[in-house]
Amino acid sequence: MANSKRAGKMPELDDPQRTPRGKDGRAPDPFRVGGWVPMRAHRDDDEVDFAIVGTGAGGGTLACRLAELGFSVIGFDAGPWWRPLEDFASDEAQQQKLYWTGERVCDGADPLVLGANNSGRSVGGSTVHFAMVSLRFRPEWFKARSLLGYGVDWPLDWREMWGYYAKVEQALKISGPVNYPWGPKRPRYPYRAHELNAAALVLARGCEALGMSWAPTPLATVSAPRGQSPPCVYRGFCVQGCSTNAKQSALITWIPRAVAAGAEIRDLAMVGRVAIDPNTGRATGVHYYREGQWRFQRARNVVVAGYAIETPRLLLNSADLRHPDGLANSSGLVGRNLMVQSNQAVYGTMDEEVRWYKGPPSLSITEHWNYEDHGKDFHGGYCYMAQGPLPMTWAGVVAGSRKLWGQALRDEMEKYNHAVGLKIVGEVMPNEDNRVTLADETDENGLRVARVTFSFGDNDKRLIRHAMGSMRDCLAAAGAHDLWQEDEDTCHLNGTARMGSDPRKSVVDADCRSWDVRNLWICDGSVFPTVGGVNPSLTIQAIALRTADRIHALASRGEL
Amino acid sequence: MSRRFPGYDVLAKRHTPSWNEKTRQVIDQRLASPREPRFLDAEEWQTLCAICDRIVPQPTDRPPVPLAAMIDDKLYVDRRDGYRDFRLPPQREAWRKGLAGVDAEARRRHSAGFAALSASEQDALLLAVQQGEMIGNWDGMPPAIFFAKRLLFDIATAYYTHPTAWNEIGFGGPASPRGYVRMGFDRRDPWEAAEAAPGGEQQARRENARIG
Repeated sequence: MANSKRAGKMPELDDPQRTPRGKDGRAPDPFRVGGWVPMRAHRDDDEVDFAIVGTGAGGGTLACRLAELGFSVIGFDAGPWWRPLEDFASDEAQQQKLYWTGERVCDGADPLVLGANNSGRSVGGSTVHFAMVSLRFRPEWFKARSLLGYGVDWPLDWREMWGYYAKVEQALKISGPVNYPWGPKRPRYPYRAHELNAAALVLARGCEALGMSWAPTPLATVSAPRGQSPPCVYRGFCVQGCSTNAKQSALITWIPRAVAAGAEIRDLAMVGRVAIDPNTGRATGVHYYREGQWRFQRARNVVVAGYAIETPRLLLNSADLRHPDGLANSSGLVGRNLMVQSNQAVYGTMDEEVRWYKGPPSLSITEHWNYEDHGKDFHGGYCYMAQGPLPMTWAGVVAGSRKLWGQALRDEMEKYNHAVGLKIVGEVMPNEDNRVTLADETDENGLRVARVTFSFGDNDKRLIRHAMGSMRDCLAAAGAHDLWQEDEDTCHLNGTARMGSDPRKSVVDADCRSWDVRNLWICDGSVFPTVGGVNPSLTIQAIALRTADRIHALASRGEL
Repeated sequence: MSRRFPGYDVLAKRHTPSWNEKTRQVIDQRLASPREPRFLDAEEWQTLCAICDRIVPQPTDRPPVPLAAMIDDKLYVDRRDGYRDFRLPPQREAWRKGLAGVDAEARRRHSAGFAALSASEQDALLLAVQQGEMIGNWDGMPPAIFFAKRLLFDIATAYYTHPTAWNEIGFGGPASPRGYVRMGFDRRDPWEAAEAAPGGEQQARRENARIG
């Protein structure tokens, strides 16, 4: 081990944004200041079983399970490998380092806002800064076309997914209620629900007054000690990165398990191209940029898990003579059907002090309109949750939505401790015109950046209008006054490499395996055919667990 | 100082368990950041300072939050957001064109640079930009989009990253590892800002003096 030699390194030289931490046979230990653990190191010319691009909810989970099943695995991430205890400040501006802040050009009728709300750049991906909301799909959504009359069917069965959801919930020790009010029976959540803050009680009060069910939100932050994770201390900086390790992100769950099982993770390693053998048509490895040079890692299989913008960007940037439209793209669907989720809000003011900066931001939820279909003039569903934006974010909302500045902005901001809000995660319909393509501009590595085109459709707008009405009623019933709306926001990214059972109408099969290049896999939110009205991370992780099992089964039969 | 949270100073918690070492480093850096421009030229800087004074007017009984310097710093290190509205150029170019555009509009209307106008003239001009009343665009950039997505967004969000602004709104500020205990309505941990009820300013001031 090189540990002892390097242990005396000056801390200022250990800058995770400049110098990779995962190399020379060791990896950072996210649970100890300055800590290291041993990690297997492969050479570039070792042909590993799996090169996985991206280490978030999809790639991190898959890397863990594949390594535990005995495959040799290297996970690549463009971002740094943090030790939260020493690297994370309680500060919004500083923690923007967790976001993907590289340039992306956004157009369409409703140009997206990216970065904070949907794009991570760290080992652990967006789970390092996600809001930890861990929800199962409504079962019917897996057969949206057949059962509900919109979108397309998934090639997955909800009962199988139900089993994988339970496995993820156990792996992350999700904190949630004893009884969940919606959907088929599910096991009790592994850890007790968190105490509700005043912002969450407002939602509860409003729902009770309107006769709608509500629940403490199932969250991936522990409500009791777990291994080296202390219980959540309700500091409220969850979407700025958890500095105490209560949050069960991929960074502190799947990734340490992956490393312990023999996976290698390479941080600050930007994959720019998947290589294809022109004779066999199979993937041979990945070209990646690390420490100032382009390198090539050989692999028997390549998994792309960069989330719904970077995944199609990589496939499109990997175009060659045989694949002029990009890899895995004979269907023409790579980059198409980009689905965000609508993330509109209603805000108001309470007479009481609320102080919504305390605790996880979304401690209570109603999924009423995910499960109730009567009274809707739109397809799909939505949930809404309590909110707790910190001052910088809140100023952006107040200035952006209400267009306030000058003394009016200051006056509104002064009500911060009395402000409350509800925000939806709403289903957006798949639409081929909403898509990721390549812009002419290039990034610092000479790779073309993504152009992201998005417009809400008529159904999306009807859903939003319905949700705004419901949230207004709820807030008013809870005693909030001076209500106003945030009309523009969106969250999450899915759908740009959809799974299906017909190679002409999908990019991957139910096992996340590309129809065109059989040793190329895609494992992240890109594979969603529809997006539902809940946060996608639990479903992404459940699909990754299933994919690992399927790969294991296929390998056992010699069918990889 | 804040009337709603009299005497509250979030920096008083610097040595408490609410601030970890990384937070101390980061906030120290923010408070010590340069007050002079490193990216913008003298003319652009003058215009930006005047704009910041109108977007977030500040009381004169305390040191000002160096807003213009915070914007200049963002441009100097080219710290981006991760997205760009297709109608705007990259942020450095957008700000250069935007500051030139505001100044040119001031000269067209008043034959004087923006910084030389009265506060009410400045407000009227900024409002016209915000409401899309500019004729044409600024070297290919639509003024109203620049105002909404860059000028207002960048300045408003920058202000509320400063501890002085946190004091004004009663934000608890950094909270690691101590976090919070009292979560319900009208509940306050002893290390949170006390809000002055009508006539209760003295009591709030006493409570805020004990925060630590």
